[in-house]
Parts: sequence; structure tokens; C-alpha cells
Amino acid sequence: MFDLPVLSLMTFLPLVGVLFIVSVRGSNEEVSARNAKNTALFTSLFTVALAVYLAVQFDVSDAGFQFVEKYSWFPSLGISYYMGVDGISLFFVLLSAMLVPICILASWHAIKKRVKEYMIAFLVLESLMIGTFCALDSFLFYVFFEAVLIPMFIIIGVWGGPRRVYSAYKFFLYTLLGSVLMLVALLTLYVQLGTSDIPTLMENPVARDLQIWLWLAVFASFAVKMPMWPVHTWLPDAHVEAPTAGSVILAGVLLKMGGYGFLRFSLPMFPEASELFAPMVFWLSVIAIIYTSLVALVQEDMKKLIAYSSVAHMGYVTLGIFTATTQGIEGGIFQMISHGLISGALFLSVGVIYDRLHTREINRYGGIVKNMPKYATVFMILMLGSVGLPGTSGFVGEFLTLVGVYQVNTLVAVFAATGLILGAPYMLYLYRRVVFGKQMNDDAAKMSDLTKREMTLFVPLVALVLYLGIFPGYVMDRLHPSVDRLITLYESGLQKGEERRLAALSGDASTVAQIKPAAGMSEQEVTFVPAIAPSYAGKEDLPMPIINYNE
Amino acid sequence: MSFEYLAVFAPLLGFLITFLFGQKIGARGAQIVTCGLMFVAAFSAVALFNSVILGGTHYVVPLAEWISSDFFVVNWALRFDTLSVVMMCVVTIVSTCVHVYSVGYMSHDPHRTRFMAYLSLFTFAMLMLVSADNLLQLFFGWEGVGLASYLLIGFWNSKDSANSAAMKAFIVNRVGDFGLALGIMAIFVVFGSVDFETIFAAVESKKDLTVNFIGFDIHAMTLIGLLLFTGAVGKSAQLGLHTWLPDAMEGPTPVSALIHAATMVTAGVFLVARFSPLFEYAPIALMVITIVGACTALVAATIGLTQFDIKRVIAYSTMSQLGYMFFALGVSAYGAAIFHLMTHAFFKALLFLGAGSVIHAMSDEQDMRKMGGIWKKIPFTYAMMWIGSLALAGVPLFAGYYSKDMILEVAYADQSWFGNLAFIFGITAAVLTAFYSWRLILMTFHGKPRADKHVMEHIHESPPVMTAPLAVLAVGAILSGAVFYNGFVGGAHHGDDHGAGAAAIHADVTPHAGDEEHHGTPVEASVTHEGEHSAAHDSQTSHFAALHDRNMFWQNAIQVLPENDTVEAAHNVPFWVKKLPILMSGLGIALAYIFYLLVPTLPALFARAFKPLHSLFFRKWYFDELYDAAFVKNTLRLGHLFTKSDRKIIDRFGPDGAASASSFVARISSRFQSGFVYQYAFVMIIGLVVFMLWLAPIDVLSIGEHIRNLLGRSE
Repeated sequence: MFDLPVLSLMTFLPLVGVLFIVSVRGSNEEVSARNAKNTALFTSLFTVALAVYLAVQFDVSDAGFQFVEKYSWFPSLGISYYMGVDGISLFFVLLSAMLVPICILASWHAIKKRVKEYMIAFLVLESLMIGTFCALDSFLFYVFFEAVLIPMFIIIGVWGGPRRVYSAYKFFLYTLLGSVLMLVALLTLYVQLGTSDIPTLMENPVARDLQIWLWLAVFASFAVKMPMWPVHTWLPDAHVEAPTAGSVILAGVLLKMGGYGFLRFSLPMFPEASELFAPMVFWLSVIAIIYTSLVALVQEDMKKLIAYSSVAHMGYVTLGIFTATTQGIEGGIFQMISHGLISGALFLSVGVIYDRLHTREINRYGGIVKNMPKYATVFMILMLGSVGLPGTSGFVGEFLTLVGVYQVNTLVAVFAATGLILGAPYMLYLYRRVVFGKQMNDDAAKMSDLTKREMTLFVPLVALVLYLGIFPGYVMDRLHPSVDRLITLYESGLQKGEERRLAALSGDASTVAQIKPAAGMSEQEVTFVPAIAPSYAGKEDLPMPIINYNE
Repeated sequence: MSFEYLAVFAPLLGFLITFLFGQKIGARGAQIVTCGLMFVAAFSAVALFNSVILGGTHYVVPLAEWISSDFFVVNWALRFDTLSVVMMCVVTIVSTCVHVYSVGYMSHDPHRTRFMAYLSLFTFAMLMLVSADNLLQLFFGWEGVGLASYLLIGFWNSKDSANSAAMKAFIVNRVGDFGLALGIMAIFVVFGSVDFETIFAAVESKKDLTVNFIGFDIHAMTLIGLLLFTGAVGKSAQLGLHTWLPDAMEGPTPVSALIHAATMVTAGVFLVARFSPLFEYAPIALMVITIVGACTALVAATIGLTQFDIKRVIAYSTMSQLGYMFFALGVSAYGAAIFHLMTHAFFKALLFLGAGSVIHAMSDEQDMRKMGGIWKKIPFTYAMMWIGSLALAGVPLFAGYYSKDMILEVAYADQSWFGNLAFIFGITAAVLTAFYSWRLILMTFHGKPRADKHVMEHIHESPPVMTAPLAVLAVGAILSGAVFYNGFVGGAHHGDDHGAGAAAIHADVTPHAGDEEHHGTPVEASVTHEGEHSAAHDSQTSHFAALHDRNMFWQNAIQVLPENDTVEAAHNVPFWVKKLPILMSGLGIALAYIFYLLVPTLPALFARAFKPLHSLFFRKWYFDELYDAAFVKNTLRLGHLFTKSDRKIIDRFGPDGAASASSFVARISSRFQSGFVYQYAFVMIIGLVVFMLWLAPIDVLSIGEHIRNLLGRSE
């Protein structure tokens, strides 16, 4: 059905670009830098073309995984190279593919040293990001998910600002703990269920006690990535020190991996634990929304301000996901997509004036609407998107999330809705101090308006922010079947848990023996081996070429 | 193209053309495009008035799908019934006047292209608000007008005060929106939909429902009513969330006329009237609305007495008049509230634009203490201000007389304690209203000139492009009351069959609206009222019959329970209740003449004699000071505190702590690398001992015994 292995192509095409950059040499530094830039741009544009193909070919009505590719990787262990997208991951793949060329173009003049390496880092990053969202094998996912850290770490550490080392290690320290725990969790799942197949894992939740431990372990990893309060403090530092394009990717895609993880792992694989911990997630999210909005209000550094606002916006995402309602989850996903566009573009707009004045301090600007009217307009639309004004994509996600939350817990909804109030002042205040007011600084008053190249960066993002705000249907239609399926899985998981509990209570010896909750993690208690997920079986009928990567 | 689309989308088109191609078409082009399209919109709205209200019909025009998430389905659609068409007429006519006026008023402003674009954007958002067929689209318009208000208040964006005022308006409004958003969610949870038809059809069956809200069991309709009202409080500047409105006068005067007097601030009134079927079952919410409205009417009027900025006086007057509208809503006289909304839109826009003409003439002076003695120089503006003030004070034959008196009568007719409270407050405010209106006229136009010579020399009447809109609005301020009185709030005079019963909730409203399939099928919704449509025509004798019969006029856009029909009861109130308002207005006008023309020393005397009271009024009841101390300062303080806690607590015990702990361990362990062989040997021996002990099968608890044995042996 799907002849073109489009997911693998998208994942590995950037690496081909890397090969080109490495092998092509220029007569001097300048030429080789230019070659590297051009190669990177074209490669990423090719990936965009593939993404368009993916979007066009995507079957709206299919709730399951599409464009599936499955090759045995470690046959003896049953680990395979298994890729596929559903309505949920589709948009993250598209978002990643879209943001990378924008990032490369944004770095065109800003990056002057080690251009070649920079472009390589970005292409590698793209490959890993797309891989993360396509991987359907938990180990493959883990490899991609963790490897993303490396190019990001390098981008901050090499091309970052003056405190880049501190930021890079903080970023690393935070994520390290989570990574280790997640690996343990994935290994445990593998040992328990005998497979690393994500669709299979999703359909066969383990026993409740084990779920709780595993949920906590993966939560540690995803919560840091989101980032949730109180493990958010790496984000402002990372953003402040990262180069503009680094911030764009960080805010645009990397933060979404946490949310994606919650959707792929926490909710379907550990439904009982998710239900148990949902109140905790709610309150952490509410704290994030209120706390970081207030912190953002008093920042003097533009990037820090937007970074803190990201934490608040991600609070809505976690809130929505763990309501396990259709509106909550779809709202959360939409919020992630919208935030990827808006905050990515906001970091770009900070980059635009940073490139001209080399400072992120808000007070160094002021009144630039006079000399940069186009910029002021773009920034205004993005600001309104961030505030969540109806008509921008920011509203749809935020409101759907709140609708979801309200159904589950009105008190949480009331607290979360304060975000409607608290989300506005810091952005308006930022805009007022940077764009409006008297022109206090001569150098800021002399800045030139957006160039054609810069306009090219903003136009697609701004257009999407508005389009998705008015006609979110394109996204919602594709999300819905997969989200529906996710909720079905979640509910059937809860159902199974309930049945097990009842069986244990009624003392049915045979049932108890079979599905007794694993008190510890000992292997003796693993008794049931799941059947391979029937709903995906159809796609496995295709003759699968076996590639043995060990050779 | 049909009028439905033109009425709503012509302003949008104007905005888009001006916004995108403003530089190409130039300022003149922008003015022509936006004004021209506004004329189109206004004409279309009037055409709709003819077809919808006089034709006795109502329908929904579906546009497209907006948000669809499982059973949360929201469509873009335009709703045309009496309520929305009345609003559309008011909005487009006033907006057209303001557009044209702005061509003159802003003629020297370098950014007039942008100004025209924003005005059109505002008008579009307002039209989306009033023509919404569901709560979410209403919210879209609601926030859209808020945005336009923000942009226009801060239009002169190099002024710090304008920027502050713009931000304040946006944020204070967001506080109200917080309530409105929760209200929308509550409605969705209770009714399973945010479509008006579905909600209104199901209200009766859910009238006794209680829902749990933040841990309390609350009557659902009361909860929803209060939450929606919170939104209205913000948008319509009712007491508590009103502080943004006076500050909003920082914007150019045409903006104040259009947004902060005639249209946007009345959105809250519209919202409550739109939800009349629901509020009818939420008596407690109605009571709260009455009380808040009555207090607003009085408090705003007292502040208006003492202000010196000509625009602020009118702004407080607006707030006060909005208070009247709200207490009318609170006593179920929705028609009276909308009636006053309409007349008020005309005469208040007239007053504001007149004030703008004064300000224009006085070289941008707004302080009335620096005016005076100019009425001969600008006679037309002077006459317009008189008309506006007469209408505002409710002098017979002028528009305000019909609508304001009606409101006071319905408050009295409600026969409840809060109705009486509203009546008393309203009567008191009527005196004050007349007083400050003539205070404004006398201070501005009469007495000795207080402006400097240079300014006085330059005083000139405004150009026709500014005076023509004033004339149009003046016609509205004079006639709109008398012409539309019977339609909006007339008594039953078609015999008994059209009595209070006909005003009652029609049992046949959308009989199948509760059906599941009904969601998301706006096409179906558009054909549900054909029965009534023809019924309306049957009893129709002339084309203008609807203007003489309240029930034919409103159809079922507004629904009132028979026992709550205060409009009907208002026609039977005692004689003194009907005449008292006029007396009060006369008293106010007379007092103003005494204070400001006959004995000009009196105001200062009174201010000194009632010092505390005067300061209370002059300082606007200290709301700004209170909010600044309670919210603004504390919010910032919390922000700083949390910023610190990020560094001092989370980082310290998190990554920095971990880092310093590991480097501490590293430092300690690095001491072992001293280079002295004997130390290494010592450590090795210790290690060996520990290792042996670990391997040796010694019970930890019996280790003391072992030691004792060792010691014992040595003895």
C-alpha cells in the first residue's frame, strides 16, 4: 500500500545531507561555510517535501499506525526497527520537518564560527527528532529520544552565550536522571511482556503495582522534558544561552517530546497509574501555569520571559492529557502544535532584534514600532497567539483543554482558567516595553525593519497560527480517530485493572495466579504473554525484508 | 451577494484591504475603502431590519466548521433575529458615523491608515459578537472587540499613559473573560452544547438541576448566570471591573464614542439579554445583576460630578447608563435594556463626538477648567451637545426620555426589594446625571473664556466631514425613542390575546432542538421557525406592524416568564412614578445652573464643606488605589518571590545542589591522592579489613561480642 518508506526517508535524509557536508570541501573557510549552509537548507527542504507527501497520503479515517515499516533488528531479542505514524505523531513529524529549514535560514548570518559543524548538528537533530516521533519500538524510541540530547547539548555548549557551559550541564543533569529511570522502565516492560513493540505494549497494561513504579519512572523523564514544575529551571537557562535557532527547536519540538511520551507511554501503558496520579499532575500543572506566569512578569530578559511562558503553556498540555477526555487530550495536542509554532516564532522574533543589537535586555529597546512597523505587526500577532486570543491557534488548544478539565474537576479548571488572566500581562508588558513607548535608545531606534529573508521565516508560521485558529479542522480531523483509539485503550486498560481487582477479591485462584499483581518485579510472576496486536496485523502481511544490522 | 454576508463581512474586507495594502492605497484610499464598505454594511443592516424584524422572521446562516472535538462541536454561523439585527443596525450606523468623523478628526495623524483599519476590525468583531449563534463565536467577537479596544486605546503608542490604559483595559477585561470562559464550560457540561438553540430549548427541562462546582452543589442556572454575568461586568465596566473604562479615554475620541460608549461596552448587556431564556430561571443571578447595576449607576454618577476631563465625565456617564441597563435586565425587562442600549448608543456617541469636536477646536485641550465661553464660536457643536445632553437627561420628546423612564418604571414595577433599591438609586442618579450633564455644558461653553489667547484665536467649527455624522446621530438621539418605543417596550394594546401570555416563553421554540443530531447541523436550525414566521404575517396588517407590537417585534429573541413581565406591569405604575424622573432631571439641570452660572463660587464651597465626600468622589471611590495595593503590587511581589525561589530553592536543592555535592565528594576523594606511599598503604589496609569483615560470616549484631572476645583474650 505504501510503497515509499517515507518515514525512514525523512529520518535518514538529513544524515545523507550530513555526509555531503562532511565530504564536500570549499576552497576556503567562507566557501565551505556557504556550501554547508546550502546543503543543509536543501536537505531540510527535501524533508519538507517528504513531509508534504506524508500529510497528503495520510489516511484521515485510519486510527491506527500508517506508513508502517518493520524490520527485524535484533532477531534474537525480538527488537525491531519499527516505524509508523498515527494522527497524534503525524503533526509532530510535520512540525519538526517544518521548523528545521526555518532554523537553518534563521542562522544564515547569525552563525559565523564553525558553520559546517553547526549545520551538521542541526541535520542530525532533525533526523533524531523525526525518528523519535516515528519509532514504534520502545528501544528504538529510547535511542532516538535520548540521542536528541547530544546535538542539542552541543548546540548550546558550542554556539551558546557566555554562560553556555552552566546551562548545558544543567540541561544535561536534569535529563540524565530521567533517562536512566526511563531505561529501567522500558527494560522492565520488555522483561515483563516479552516485547518492545509499542502498539503491543499499549494494549497490554501490566499489573497495577508495577504500573505505579513504571509510571513514576517514565514520568521523571517526560516531566523534565515538558518541563513541568518544579523541574523546569533548566529551560530558562538553556533558552537564554542557546543560539536563536536552538531556542526555536527547543521550544518548538523538544518540549513536545515530553507530551508525546505521556500520550504514547503513560496513558495507554499505565492507565491505572495515570488515573491514580492524575490529580498530582493537575496540581503540578496548575502551579506551573500560575507560578511561571508570575515569574515571567518580572523578567528583564526577553528569552527568559518567553521560556517561562512556555512552561505555563505546557502546563495546559499536561493538564489536558491527564484528563483522559477527548477535549482534554485533543486540546493538549493542539496546544503543543500551536505552541510549537508560536513560541518558535517568538524566539525567532527575539533573534531578529538580538541580531541587530546583541542584547536580550528588554530595557535596551523601546518604541521600535516607528522604525520596524512590519516587525511590530508580526510580533503583535504572535503575542496575541501566545495570549490565546480566539482566532489564533493558541485559543483552540487552551480552551479545549479547559473544557476537558472542567468535566473532570471544576476546582482545577478554575485555577487553570486563571491562566487566561495571568497569561496576558507579561506578554503585553513585554510588547509594550519593546515595541511601544518612547524611543529611549538611539541604537534601537536605528534598527532596520525585517529583511526579505526574515519575512520568509515568519510568513509560514504566522499564517499557520491564524489559519489553525480559524480553521483548526485540518488538525482536529486527523487527531480525532487516533485520540479516540487512545481513550479506548486507556479505558479498556482501566477496565482490565478493575476486572483483575475483582477477580483477586473474589478469590478465584486460577485468575489470581495468572494476573496477580506483581508485588516486586520478580520474573516468576510474569505469566501471560500477549498476542501480537491484532489490529496492526494487517500491515504485517507485507513481505518484510529482514535486515540484520549486526552484520 | 446577500445582505447577511455584506453586513458582517464588509468591515472585515475593509480591514484586510487597508491592513494589507495600506501603503499602496495611501491614507485617502484607506479612508474611502473603509468608509465605503461601512456604508455598505450599514445599508445591509437596515435591509435586514426590514426583512427580519418587519418581515417577522429569524434564521441562521451557517458558514463553516470551527472546532470539532468529539461532541464538542462549534460552527461559524450567523444568527439573524430581532436582537442581533437591532444590535447590527446600531453598530453599523454608529460605526459608519464614527468612520466618517474620523476622516476629519484624524486628518493630521500620520497613522490614520492604521486607525481606519482598526476601526473596521473592531466593527467586524462586534458584528461577529452580536450575530453569533453559539457561545464560542460570541467569545471570539468578545475577545476581538477587546483586542480592537486595546489597539485603539493605545493607538498613540509613544504615550506611556495610553499604553498603560490599553494594557489595563485588556487585563481587567480578561478578569471578566475568566468568568465568561468558565460559564461557557459550565454550559457545555450542563447542556452538552454551546449552541444557543440547543441551550435555550433545554433550559426548562434543567431548571432545577444542581451541579457541583468547586466542591459546592449549586443551582446550575444560577451558577451559569453568575459566571456569564462576570464576563458582562468586565466588558460593560460594571462596578468592580470598571476601572479600565475611564482610563480608556486615552484613546482618540472617535474610539471613545464607538467602542467605549455606543457599542463594545454594551456587549455585556447584549449577552445577558441574549441569555434571557436562561436568566429567567436564575432569579438569584438576576438579583445580583440588579444590585450591581443599581450601584454602578449611582457610584458612576457621583464620580461624574467631580471630574474635570470632559471625556472622563462622559465616560462615567456611560458607566452609569450601563448600570441602568443592567438593573433593567435584572428585573427581566430585557427589551427595556436593549431599548436604552440603542438610544444611548446614539446620544452618547453624539456627546462623545461633540466633545471630540470641542477638543479639536480647543487644540487638543480636554480639561474643562481651561474651556468656557466658546459657544458662540462653535454653535453647531454646542447645539449637538445640547441635544445629546437633553437625551441623556431624559427630557421629554428626546430619546432618553422614553428608554430611561421605562427602565425606572420597570424597576418600580418589579415590586421586589432590589427593584426598589434600583428605583431609588436610579432616581438619585437621574438628578446627578442631569446635574453633571449641564455642569459639562456650562463649564465648557459658558462663562468667561479660561483658555489662553492663542488657543482662543484658533477656535473654529469642525469641517463638514465631522459635523455631518453629528447631525445623523442627533437625529437618532431625538427620534429613536419615540419611533421605537412601542416596538421595544410597548404595552399590550392589540387586545387580550397579545397580553403578557404572548411574551411568555414560547412552548414551540425549536421543538426538536434537544435531539442529538441537531448539533452541527446549522442548516436544519435555519429552518426551524417557519411556523412562527407565517403566524407573524397573519396578524400583520401593515408592513410596520412590528413597530407597534412588542411581541411581534421581539418574536422570541427575548423570552420572559409571564410572572416576570415587568415591562407589561410598568405601563400600570402609579402616576408619580412616571413623572418623578422628569422632575428629578429638571431639578438636576436647575441645580447645575445655580452652581455653575448663577453662583459660581458654590462648587468650591461645597467641595470644602463636604471634603471627605468630595475626595471620595473625586478619587473615584479609591478603586484604583485599592486594586493597585491589593493586586498589582502583590502580583509583582509574588513574581519576584517565585523568581528567587527558582534560584534559591529549586536550583539549590536540584541541579546546583547535585553538582556541588558531586564536586564536594570529588574534592574529598581527591585529598586521598596525596602521593605519600604510607597513606596509600594505610587506606589499602583499611579497605582490606573492611572487605574481610564483609566477607567473614559475622553477624552484625554480635560484633560487640567479638570485640569483647578479642579484648578478653588480650587481658
